[in-house]
Amino acid sequence: MPSTTTPLLQVENLKVHFPITAGLLQRRVGEVKAVDDVSFTIERGTTVGLVGESGSGKTTIGRALIRLVNPTGGTIRYNGKDITFLRESQFRPYRKKIQIIFQDPYNSLNPRLTIFKIISEALEIHFPAMGLEQRRARVAELLGKVGLKPEHMDRYPHEFSGGQRQRIGIARALAVEPEFIVCDEPVSALDVSVQAQIVNLLQDLQEELGLTYLFIAHDLAVVEHISDFVLVMNQGKIVEAATADAIYQNPQDPYTKRLLDAVPKI
Amino acid sequence: MTSDLLHQILRRRAGAFCLVALILFYVAAFFAPLLAPYATSDQDLTKTYHPPTGVVWHEGQLAVRLYKLVDPTCAKYEAEPGQFAPIHFWVKAPTYHFLGLIPVSHRLFGVEAPARLYLLGSDETGRDVFSRLLYGSRVSLTIGLIGILITTVIGLTVGGLAGYFGGVFDSVAMRGTELIMAIPGLYLIIALRAALAKYFDDSDQIFILIVVILSFIGWAGTARVIRGLTLSLRNRPFIYAAEALGQGPVTILWKHLFPNLFSYLIVTSMLSIPGYILGEAALSFLGIGIQEPSTSWGLMLSQVQDLKVFMLNFWWLLTPGLAIFITVILFNVLGDVVRDIVDPKLKTQV
Ligand SMILES: Nc1ncnc2c1ncn2[C@@H]1O[C@H](COP(=O)(O)OP(=O)(O)O)[C@@H](O)[C@H]1O
Ligand SMILES: [Mg+2]
Repeated sequence: MPSTTTPLLQVENLKVHFPITAGLLQRRVGEVKAVDDVSFTIERGTTVGLVGESGSGKTTIGRALIRLVNPTGGTIRYNGKDITFLRESQFRPYRKKIQIIFQDPYNSLNPRLTIFKIISEALEIHFPAMGLEQRRARVAELLGKVGLKPEHMDRYPHEFSGGQRQRIGIARALAVEPEFIVCDEPVSALDVSVQAQIVNLLQDLQEELGLTYLFIAHDLAVVEHISDFVLVMNQGKIVEAATADAIYQNPQDPYTKRLLDAVPKI
Repeated sequence: MTSDLLHQILRRRAGAFCLVALILFYVAAFFAPLLAPYATSDQDLTKTYHPPTGVVWHEGQLAVRLYKLVDPTCAKYEAEPGQFAPIHFWVKAPTYHFLGLIPVSHRLFGVEAPARLYLLGSDETGRDVFSRLLYGSRVSLTIGLIGILITTVIGLTVGGLAGYFGGVFDSVAMRGTELIMAIPGLYLIIALRAALAKYFDDSDQIFILIVVILSFIGWAGTARVIRGLTLSLRNRPFIYAAEALGQGPVTILWKHLFPNLFSYLIVTSMLSIPGYILGEAALSFLGIGIQEPSTSWGLMLSQVQDLKVFMLNFWWLLTPGLAIFITVILFNVLGDVVRDIVDPKLKTQV
């Protein structure tokens, strides 16, 4: 029963364990508990930051939300509906609502496709009625939205800088007109000067399109700036959850304190 | 991408040379019925082991010398001074259906019977080696292309699916490839040939059988490498992006994975074509490949496993070996050139 009071996303006791297999028949000999019993909610139109060291399980949470990995247990409710164990065909409508932006701008665009083809793929899947002309017009519009020019669409990814590629990745995610975007360390691989531009772009888009973000980072400084609420993650578990201000001013968990110490003080 | 690659090949001297030479070979093979002065089985028992006829400029046109057999015991021929037969162009010949469709009743050049034009000598029944080389090149040159096509399709499918989906299919497919690779190739070829022989008897079918056998052995290596490359590509974020958009696995393989394997495939194809040419030659040499009345370079070589060829120095009968050698070298050098172009890093790995 979706209403304005239902959070857009509710995650309860989410577990993602990766089997360690061996032998001819892929016998299971152990598991990596990448995400272990994690709960949080994200309100519509807000940004929740997710911080933690590399390997703490942040990407895995993001991928579980968008079903790039299968959850092992727990529940994920989107707009009040349980989507945890939907089959791929049942999950398909959510592929139009939930999108992802990747950390590595150099590998997130297929080097063999033009920018038009990369962004147009999203349109072909979710707006099959669109003709070629309409798609070109829409791609041009999307490129404008992320601060690129329409004439960029017939070029290949290698002709762009890291920041520009990240913008293209954002345009691809926006193409399906999503409500919720998992931003998996979208600025970690970029120069500091470019980082601010991309963060500002994401904030502008959020305002304009009413987007909801899960913003993943390994460094509290970036997250603090953009997030309404912050989750701190360590070894597959959430060790602290509070508003950005509270985390910054009054960290409770020793791990959070260590993360904070790593942030350069001005 | 493809036109770009072509351009780069042509800019390198070795690449341009090999490509042009190979294209000439294939054109010659394609037009063999027009270019060859004689049919493959056109015998002349009075001119066995005839040496290459001298071609001279005589009375304003090209002509061949005429020869006299001076010593039949060792096939010794001597040119008769002042005797020539003019070479005519676009001569009438028995009608032949080019590609099985277009009737052709001429050949590009020839001499009037009973004189004979032996550009590369004749064999033990007086058949023209040059003509047979041309016809034989059709088998030897196409076997590599068809073989590679089959190998690539199977290798891409099995390797691509194994790498993309992993799990039990992956294990089973990879154990299968290991099984094939663990058996020494030549034994497997001979065993398969023996086992399947009773189902294939005419010479066209044998050609197909040989291609199938060679591909059956060849796909395993391709599949393994494709699997490895797919595994590494599979975790690239652009594949995840396509999945997140709801793109189906087949389209992802086709649109995102395979195009990124293209440069690798083109290099391995070039470098493995010689294997097929040599495989056919080996089978035909052993007498279990292409059979008369068809001809191939391997078959031509097998027909000169005779001491007198060496004792009496009938060197022209070994030209099929030279043809194989040159073709293999051309493909290898071209493959190396393409490899340097598409991926300089591979240089040290392959
Ligand atoms: N597909 C996978 N198979 C096995 N283990 C994985 C897989 N993906 C991630 N892991 C493991 O899960 C843990 C968390 O990884 P990840 O979510 O990428 O962390 P982060 O994004 O915080 O750096 C790591 O130990 C990683 O090795
Ligand atoms: Mg990560």
